[in-house]
Amino acid sequence: MNRLGIKTPARYAINATLIIAFIYWGYVITQGGMLTRAQNNIIIQVGFFIILAVSLNLPAGYLGQLPLGHAGFMAVGAYIGALFWRSGILSGYGSVVGGLIAAGIVSAIFGIIIGVPALRLRGDYLAIITLGFGEMIRVLIMNLPSITGGAQGLQQIPRHSNFLVVYICVIVCCLVIHMIMKSRHGRAILAIRDNEIATESMGINTTYYKVMAFAVSAFFAGVAGALYAGTLGILVPSDFNFMMSINILMIVVLGGLGSMMGSIIGAIVLTSLPLFMQGLNQYRLIIYALLLILVMIFKPSGLMGTYDFSMGHVLEKVGGWTMRSKKEGGASDDSE
Amino acid sequence: MLYVAQFINALQLGSIYALIALGYSMVYGIIKLLNFAHGDVIMVGGYVAIFALAAGFHPVVAVILVILGCTALAIIMEKLAYTPLRTAPRISVLITAIGISLLLQNLAQLFFGARPQPIHIPFPTGSISIGAVSIAYPMIITIGVAVLSMVALNYIVQGTKLGKAMRAVSEDTQAAQLMGINVNSIITFTFAVGAALAGIGAILFFVRFPVVTPTVGAMLGLKAFIAAVLGGIGSIPGAMLGGFAIGFLEVIVNAVGLSRWTDGAVFLVLIIILLVRPAGLVGKPMIEKV
Amino acid sequence: MKKRSIIALVLALMMCVALVAACGETPPAGPTGPTDPTAGGTTNGTDASGEEVTEVHIGLLGPWTGGAAYFGVSVRNGALLYIENFNAQGGLQIRVTDRDEEGDSARAVTMYHDLVDAGVTAIIGSVTSGPTMAVVPEAFADGMPMISGTATHAGVTVNQDTGEVFTNMFRSCFIDPFQGVKMAEFAHEILSARTAAVLYAHDIDYSIGLMQAFVDRAAEIGLEVIHIETFADEAPDFTAQLTNIAAANPDVVFIPVYNRHTALIGPQSAAAGVTATMLGADGWAGTLDAIADPSTVEGAFYLTGFTYESEEQHIIDFIERFEAQYGIMPNMFAAQAYDAAAILIRAIEGAIAAGLTPGTDEFKQATIANMAATDIEGVTGRITFDRYNNPQKTAFILQIIDGEARFWGTF
Repeated sequence: MNRLGIKTPARYAINATLIIAFIYWGYVITQGGMLTRAQNNIIIQVGFFIILAVSLNLPAGYLGQLPLGHAGFMAVGAYIGALFWRSGILSGYGSVVGGLIAAGIVSAIFGIIIGVPALRLRGDYLAIITLGFGEMIRVLIMNLPSITGGAQGLQQIPRHSNFLVVYICVIVCCLVIHMIMKSRHGRAILAIRDNEIATESMGINTTYYKVMAFAVSAFFAGVAGALYAGTLGILVPSDFNFMMSINILMIVVLGGLGSMMGSIIGAIVLTSLPLFMQGLNQYRLIIYALLLILVMIFKPSGLMGTYDFSMGHVLEKVGGWTMRSKKEGGASDDSE
Repeated sequence: MLYVAQFINALQLGSIYALIALGYSMVYGIIKLLNFAHGDVIMVGGYVAIFALAAGFHPVVAVILVILGCTALAIIMEKLAYTPLRTAPRISVLITAIGISLLLQNLAQLFFGARPQPIHIPFPTGSISIGAVSIAYPMIITIGVAVLSMVALNYIVQGTKLGKAMRAVSEDTQAAQLMGINVNSIITFTFAVGAALAGIGAILFFVRFPVVTPTVGAMLGLKAFIAAVLGGIGSIPGAMLGGFAIGFLEVIVNAVGLSRWTDGAVFLVLIIILLVRPAGLVGKPMIEKV
Repeated sequence: MKKRSIIALVLALMMCVALVAACGETPPAGPTGPTDPTAGGTTNGTDASGEEVTEVHIGLLGPWTGGAAYFGVSVRNGALLYIENFNAQGGLQIRVTDRDEEGDSARAVTMYHDLVDAGVTAIIGSVTSGPTMAVVPEAFADGMPMISGTATHAGVTVNQDTGEVFTNMFRSCFIDPFQGVKMAEFAHEILSARTAAVLYAHDIDYSIGLMQAFVDRAAEIGLEVIHIETFADEAPDFTAQLTNIAAANPDVVFIPVYNRHTALIGPQSAAAGVTATMLGADGWAGTLDAIADPSTVEGAFYLTGFTYESEEQHIIDFIERFEAQYGIMPNMFAAQAYDAAAILIRAIEGAIAAGLTPGTDEFKQATIANMAATDIEGVTGRITFDRYNNPQKTAFILQIIDGEARFWGTF
């Protein structure tokens, strides 16, 4: 199993150190007044868009099915999180964590409820039925004003989303999805993308894996929704319309369907672009739409393809520790 | 009396949905492409009508210009965006279609602004009375045009050589090519016919609802698509049936005072039909080939 | 494989717990962002001793693109017209930085922070209620003077859960409940209506706010609401609802929606046989630009903050200058934004006269205090503020006669 030059515990130690260093560095930078307020705000937004994109990438990129209702799961999480925090059941960090987990779990339940029937379909039909479910969720939120505030919106949501909360969620999300994809379950999911019928005939329970991927995706979309609520302090149902689903899809597609690194870079670029494109703003959506079409025509795999960043590989290349890894290179992190 | 008025209203709304659903259905039936931008073609048709009428063209000429404009737009779309993706995965094609829809909406907003603009298409006014019920001419014309279009389309597909070629391409593209059918021109023709129907639909829609905004096509396209799926996508009578069904559903839900659930009801129907009978009311079930 | 995943997960969780714990100990490191007290946009130097300040930097926030761009662009035109005219007088100069929030709440907050980074002393914005309400708590915490010309939701200036007033936030438009109350009273007192119906959009906060206020007030004054119908924003077909309203045969029908809806409702209500007098609110502004057949809304009354038909010279001047600048007539949104700019800049002048330095907290507080004490004759009427920072001003009633919106009177 030790196909890489660096021993596994060492790799974990390196990765853990890097992650802690990143969080600490980010915390110092965002709290230390080194950035402008708009930059701080964008960093938070980038955070929940990373979660949204990475979680959409699981069904869209790895599983090869295209859900168009991601905003619906985000909405469920946002309202659950907001109601949880407003109710003030817990206090302090317990409340923050409790709200996020509640948002994720309820959203995942929705994912299962929707996924079980919807995933019997595939391709275009799956895309359309998830779009239908996403819109249904919005109609429900709109028509339950006594709970959700309806179209008038939900105000005074405690603003819990600071850098630490958001980026710990980002790391947990990336880590969990990364680990799923590196496990037996991940290979089953990739197999379903490549050939569902062959996968099924190999004895793999495709329905189970599809629903699981869907539920995990919904879980993190819900967490991201709660972070969104905790950033803005106000929710209106129209925030979660079809355009939101399209925005998330745009990040995933431009980054590269099936590349976590691509989703992350896509989220960073597309979320922070409006801040730097003030003069060109009226052309921005036209440029996005053109990019979407051109990428699909000329590089359907997205800008990053299926390339995924791997610290281990970088270290190997830098340190020249590639003694026995050549033979199994294809099966390692870099699945291109 | 009240019921008759609502019935005719539903019939007119259903006719418009049906015409637009026909376009979706044809394109999907032949190349399995879900043309998300179909609704936006109607929006473009609306702006063409505004400019044609403002430029002083005779209304009949304006109507022809709208139909030609929609057709030309669809052919450009097909040649530039869809042809290069003929062999690409379905997911790529769907994303491209979404991209085109976004592009058209935002271009319209850039050129024409977000302000709602009136369209005044001169149309025969007046009404005929049957007993206590009076039916306006536009209603009769709308329903008549929709039924005629369906009959004509059905004839093209079932009764002509061109239609035979279309069905062959739909059945097996490669085999059709081997039999000497020019697949590319058949697909382009299909797009053109679908868009011409959208152009007719645009005229009828804007006679009934005379306001254009850059996003007017989005919801309309979605509803028409749901109608096509409900009827059985790929089937011409199915699209017609689905269109009328959605029209009636909306009017009934609105009329009984549940209008806040209208969209919900339409999406619910979509979900149920996809789960219970994905092939639609009259479509043939598709068998997965290994 | 499995064991390794568990180890990794445990490591990650431990890391998170450690971090949270670590941060629990250290209190957040003070206010974020640059805290340079002179970042308020004085370029030519000044001090508190009252030397002449030549430039003040303000922000303009709104949706110049996206679905609400129609309102946003009107507002920008109106506000910039006032500022350009003001600057042309010489003396104090107002520098404007504008930011596009696209009608998106999250983006509005980002752009608000960007304006703060740019060093603005006060902000005109935002345009629609949703994004404005997302920004206001942040601006309140900063003590940033803000005024909107168009955000009508009651929650823009008041925290609706606690009743706390956002003292920094003002507006030059009517609030939703005010309009609903006014139109109920108008129907009852002026039109002597006994029965009313309502047709509103259930997914637009503006429409719901007006509907509720109308229904509540109608119950108080004895106007019987016999039928309420609703529709969704994107739906084009209201015939079924209008047919029901026609069957109920009320004296008036209140339709608190925007012009993109009224342009569709007019022809359909005529076809459905609705004979009741139509009543609307300021969302009706621009109906006649969007409707194909104006005869279908003939006789309708609507409330507005602005009318072209005025004898007053400063209003005539405003309309002429606006037309000369932009080639179109100003709509109500532009006029209210013009007044919003006037209120803000007058308050800024007051703070300058008091010898304060732009950008300082004292300057902002003085600007806020001056705005609260506003009493000006704007192009939308004389404006003072109540204790909730909502304007006390006259409502104009327009009536559509012969395809034109005629000034009926004040109410």
